[in-house]
Amino acid sequence: MSAKPLPSGDPLVCDQLGVGLPGRPLLATVHAQLQPGRFTAILGPNGAGKSTLLSMLSGQRAPRSGSVGLGGRVLGRISAPELARLRAVLPQETAVAFDFTVQEVVEMGRFPHRQAPSRHEARIAQDAMQATGVAHLATRGVNTLSGGERARAHLARALAQIWEPRPDGATRWLLLDEPTAALDLAHQHQAMALVRRWAVEQGIGVVAVLHDLNLALRYAHDVVLMGAGRCDVGPTAQTLDAAAIARVWGVQCSEVRASDGVAQFLVAAG
Amino acid sequence: MQPIPRRAPGRLSPRAALALGLALVLLAFVWGSTQGAYAITTGQLWQVLMQAVGAVPAPENAPEYLVFVNIRLPRLFMGVAAGAGLGLAGALMQGLFRNPLADPGLIGVSSGAALAAALTIVLGMYWLPDLPRTLGSWPLVTMAFSGGLIVTALIYGLAQADGGTRMGLMLLAGVAVNALALAGLGYLNFISTDEQLRNIQMWLLGSLGGARWSAVALVGGVVAVACSLGLALARPLNAIALGEAQAALLGVPVERTKRLAVLVTALAVGAVTAATGIIGFIGLVAPHWVRLVAGPDHRVVLPCSALLGATLVLVADVVARTIVKPAELPLGVLTAFIGVPLFLAMLRQFRGKV
Repeated sequence: MSAKPLPSGDPLVCDQLGVGLPGRPLLATVHAQLQPGRFTAILGPNGAGKSTLLSMLSGQRAPRSGSVGLGGRVLGRISAPELARLRAVLPQETAVAFDFTVQEVVEMGRFPHRQAPSRHEARIAQDAMQATGVAHLATRGVNTLSGGERARAHLARALAQIWEPRPDGATRWLLLDEPTAALDLAHQHQAMALVRRWAVEQGIGVVAVLHDLNLALRYAHDVVLMGAGRCDVGPTAQTLDAAAIARVWGVQCSEVRASDGVAQFLVAAG
Repeated sequence: MQPIPRRAPGRLSPRAALALGLALVLLAFVWGSTQGAYAITTGQLWQVLMQAVGAVPAPENAPEYLVFVNIRLPRLFMGVAAGAGLGLAGALMQGLFRNPLADPGLIGVSSGAALAAALTIVLGMYWLPDLPRTLGSWPLVTMAFSGGLIVTALIYGLAQADGGTRMGLMLLAGVAVNALALAGLGYLNFISTDEQLRNIQMWLLGSLGGARWSAVALVGGVVAVACSLGLALARPLNAIALGEAQAALLGVPVERTKRLAVLVTALAVGAVTAATGIIGFIGLVAPHWVRLVAGPDHRVVLPCSALLGATLVLVADVVARTIVKPAELPLGVLTAFIGVPLFLAMLRQFRGKV
């Protein structure tokens, strides 16, 4: 394999990336560098192209125009097995055929590493399940769980996929599509705190499509704000303000401070 | 931190499941050795085995020796090969279609073989009247095997879209082409003579009766190759349970897996069907039972479905050749008679898990 080692700390580069489905109007052009070690939230109204952008960042969908680059290489030129060792993707919903247990589903995340297993292979699935709080469900059939439990099981699978640093030091990426949609209040915050901690402590690049702006304000370092015919990228506090919300969603918000000083928005009028 | 049990309650470990599967095949094989139109006691069986391996001088014309070595043993091995091929193919198709109702027949291999066999039986009489056309004869085996492969290739070709194989398309193309093959079979039935019609019917109902060592070697060889290729697909098929898109994101070569699974199924089921006629329900039932007892991991489901398929065919064949002896019931009738009620009983018992 022509695996050119990726230098550590490489951004995920969107170079005039045209976002849109084939045969449909272009939704947005994204020109940005998503940084490793940071949590980037993709925000925007329904149909703005958030999931489409995420699928282009994951290599699942080819860019309409422009390109996505990783480590100086065009994403499409990196082989699927190599890409699977560099980034994990959590879709909105995964339907699992047959009666696989949570543990078995989480172990599927280790598929890309089957030819060069970790020295800690036996522990990784267990540790990933501990991290998302589904270890006690390990032997339960994944299809018998509640929606939130199932979402946490699949998050554990995504974490297991990129659990250990790459031997060549290449940046790992975690791409999440609405990871909190099925979670209750406590688990929403636990999951967001977990992936932010992963980003900061392990240098992983986390990119998540979110709908809850207050979760983004609290946990995301940067935001990609899509909608109203443009795409703004920048640090959360500077990019996501009441004016931007009014422009993108057409909703009036007032900014309040939570007791820990984090800015949050309350909807003032529809 | 309390230790986490690795296995779901009520499931056999992979090792126990494989051991149980092997034990069942051996038991069925020994039982099948003693039963038949010419019964051989277990004492005689031991003696014959010793003679066969040369430990004891073989009396060349002892009936139990002749029956065992020339008729029963090839028949038993053909049963093992047929059951293993059908069981493995069923597990591959269910894994690939992500659907426990999938059956090797979906990709057209059985109906293609049946149509080609009927063509050979009916039209062969005019074109090549001197060739034998009974079940297990070479012209029929070759034609049926080719027919299975051609129809599978056609369905696989029809399922190509946007540079990939669409399983939904393959399912629909399979239903349509199977119906077409069935119509062709109906037409051939209509224009056939009474004797040809009976030959076609016997072929469609399946039998291990015509098994010769040469055919056993051929079918056994194809099934062995199919097994070695098929078992390597276990982990990709596990990942495909998450959906093809998720599997691709995990680096699974999804297209290659589909192509191999279809090829392996066509080879195994094509060879088995060409040599024995249509033996139904093994490919549907065996993987189900394995999943209910040992879980859905294809590293267990694939080999154990082959073992259980072999067991089921051996048992069904014993019943087929003893229940109305000295006549024989068609095997395909028995696999349905035995397989389906047991299958339904299992479904009721494990209602919640299916």
